[in-house]
Amino acid sequence: MSPSSVNTGNSSGALEAADTQQFLTFKLAGEEYGVGILTVQEIRGWSRVTKVPHTPDWLLGVINLRGVVVPIIDLRVKFKFANAEYNDTTVVIILTVATRVVGVVVDGVSDVITLAAAQIKPAPSLGTGADTRHIIGFGTLDERMRILMDVEKLMAGADMGLVDKAIH
Amino acid sequence: MTLDLTQFHEIFFEESFEALDSMEAALLKLSAGEVDAELINTIFRVAHSIKGGAATFAFNEVAGFTHVLETLLDQLRAGKRQVRPDIVDVLLRSGDAMRAMLVATQRKEAIDSAGVAKLRAELERIMSESPSAAPPAAATAAPSASKSVAASGSPAPAPGWRIKFVPGPELLRHGNDPLRILRELATLGKMRVSVDAAGVPALTDLDPEVCRLRWNLEVLGQIDRAAVQAVFEWAESECELTLERIGAEPSAPAAPSVATAPAPEAATAPVSAPAAEASTRSANPDGGSIRVSIEKIDELLNSVGELVITQSVLSQLAAPLEGREAGELRSALAQLERHMRALQESVMRVRMLPISFVFNRFPRLVRDLGQRLGKKIELKVTGDTTELDKTVLEKIGDPLVHLVRNSIDHGIEMPDVRTAAGKTEHGTISLHAYHKGGNVIVEVSDDGGGLRKDKILAKALERGLVTNEVELSEERILNLIFAPGFSTADVVSDVSGRGVGMDVVRRNINELGGHIQIFSTQGQGSTIRIRLPLTLAILDGQLARVGKEVYVVPIVSIVETIQVTRERVNNVASGGQVFRLRDDYLPIVRLHSLFDIEPDYTDLLDGLLMIVEADGKRVGLFVDELMSQQQVVIKSLETNFKQVTGLAGATMLGDGRVALILDIPGVITRFQAPEERGIAKPQAA
Repeated sequence: MSPSSVNTGNSSGALEAADTQQFLTFKLAGEEYGVGILTVQEIRGWSRVTKVPHTPDWLLGVINLRGVVVPIIDLRVKFKFANAEYNDTTVVIILTVATRVVGVVVDGVSDVITLAAAQIKPAPSLGTGADTRHIIGFGTLDERMRILMDVEKLMAGADMGLVDKAIH
Repeated sequence: MTLDLTQFHEIFFEESFEALDSMEAALLKLSAGEVDAELINTIFRVAHSIKGGAATFAFNEVAGFTHVLETLLDQLRAGKRQVRPDIVDVLLRSGDAMRAMLVATQRKEAIDSAGVAKLRAELERIMSESPSAAPPAAATAAPSASKSVAASGSPAPAPGWRIKFVPGPELLRHGNDPLRILRELATLGKMRVSVDAAGVPALTDLDPEVCRLRWNLEVLGQIDRAAVQAVFEWAESECELTLERIGAEPSAPAAPSVATAPAPEAATAPVSAPAAEASTRSANPDGGSIRVSIEKIDELLNSVGELVITQSVLSQLAAPLEGREAGELRSALAQLERHMRALQESVMRVRMLPISFVFNRFPRLVRDLGQRLGKKIELKVTGDTTELDKTVLEKIGDPLVHLVRNSIDHGIEMPDVRTAAGKTEHGTISLHAYHKGGNVIVEVSDDGGGLRKDKILAKALERGLVTNEVELSEERILNLIFAPGFSTADVVSDVSGRGVGMDVVRRNINELGGHIQIFSTQGQGSTIRIRLPLTLAILDGQLARVGKEVYVVPIVSIVETIQVTRERVNNVASGGQVFRLRDDYLPIVRLHSLFDIEPDYTDLLDGLLMIVEADGKRVGLFVDELMSQQQVVIKSLETNFKQVTGLAGATMLGDGRVALILDIPGVITRFQAPEERGIAKPQAA
């Protein structure tokens, strides 16, 4: 599986038309976000993490995913949203980014949506205050807007450094 | 249909390199004066099979050169020409040339044709010399004998062994099964068995645990005495065993060479010889091996590690259950655990290779370097069948080369100096590998001049590595040679430019989780002892708890663990604390402040202090509580994350949680240089 091909938009679910993409959408602080479905490995409930010292606060720690040590990132902390709570509906989405496996904590998983290329609007510049490099665009379906994220770019950000820059 | 031959290239290269290794080993034995028909045969077979393979794949330069080499070897084999040191020398260089050509072909680079042509001319020159008029008797007799052996269809009665096997009455009680021994013996060759049941009493008097049977066995085939003895290895002390050679014994002159060669060299011979056999003759009786990529084995090892964890989760779940079924469940789980351990061990063993893979390069190195420096050196290798993890083996090679070169260069004296000192002219370097308490010990010793402690100390003072005030123990002085920036070259001799120092050697060993020690007696030589873990995949760890987190401390780093008493702690003006351990003052590293976690105890008197050591530095590591000691499977943090200073990796605990493995050198580094995020609290600063 090649996640990068999904995000560049030239391949998608086998049964879909050539110019559509599928996204897993999830909730983060009231907003809905989407990631390319092919980067998603699985969805898990919240479980206790082992803290790793000397790491940024958005890296909650690591978990044992069937014998593989997987780092868990809280996007709510990363995106500086208030109220990062951990309860029964807190969900971890396990993503495969390049060769790496990472878990992302979200408030809840919503749906899988199919978007045609025309339904994805490029992200506007939001001024100097916001970093939009990891946003593919905004997808609108049934009058609701989702923020579509490029997981690889997100993880490859200088502060994350989870994916080698070489792949870009 | 055309067959794509390129898919076989890699195998050809790999096998050829192995074959060249065994050829080199045989040549070195030849050069040591051990002229033996079987050795020449081995070399010939290597050349022959490489020639064949190279011709098949149209590597014409390799095939052409090897053909010339083969012609010369054929003359040697047939006894038309005598083995002379200069011929061995040319043959050794020819082996190197073949290797170089193969490497170049493998990398699709140009072959050094000029060098090859020169060597070829040299070979042809030797062949143009008139053959020695009177070849010695042994040289002619031996090949003819071994030829009859090589030709498998020879009508002579098959040689073999007549074995009288009389087990002692206690054999069964000690867990030996004669049937198993017999079955294994049958794998060596065709076997005839007759059992003598005369000693078995009437059924009423029969004690089933007492072995009363005796056997007369005949195993046919070209079998090493050592191979037969190995089968009986476990039972040896509890049975009477008589081995008798039967059938066509190789004719008299060759007999001693057969009898002597395998026996004293048992450690080296089985390693190199089978490699040559396997690649040249497929009809090898024990050639049942396959090549498997290391990734597949690692995958297997990972899955087994998972099973072990799942199994221990199950055991924990079953522990609180009650009732009859619960008991049964627990005993079934206990059985599962035993099987799991056995499985894990077998999988680990797959990754293990004999250390001869590393040792094999030394005979050549010692010979060449000794010759160049004009020193007479003998290399003794023992225990080279000791097995080590492949990864450890790969990383131990360079440090060992460095140590052996040091011994040749600085250790062993020139022949005249040795004679003047009342020693033999020949210096001896020994490589010795053995198991000790879950570790493998590798020793490099020489009987040279030893380290000059006074010079080392003087140099260290000059470099400011130590001060004059403290009286240093002998061990501390010797260990100074491992200090970074300490140049042995200035101290012991003028040969330098090695590029790697002893500090690099020590760092490499430490990275493997090993430990290096040095012993030296002036005038008598030095020994460097390296302790290595059997494998890198598993670590002996001490579990230590701090607050809710559990950390694994590698046992190899732990000196001792002590309960702190008030009077042994001193506050230092700047806010740090030191602990007095006998004559040393050790800094205290509070793991909870270093790692920024909530501990149960902050008062030193409540918790425990683990004295840990790395790179010669000792610190006291303050933790809440010690838990069990266990072997843990090391998982890399880098796979999905990145390296973190102070952590060597992570592992899964019995309850499925992740525990981080501390990297003590990293912890100490981090403690000494509290960094960017300002986590270090005042006590730890």
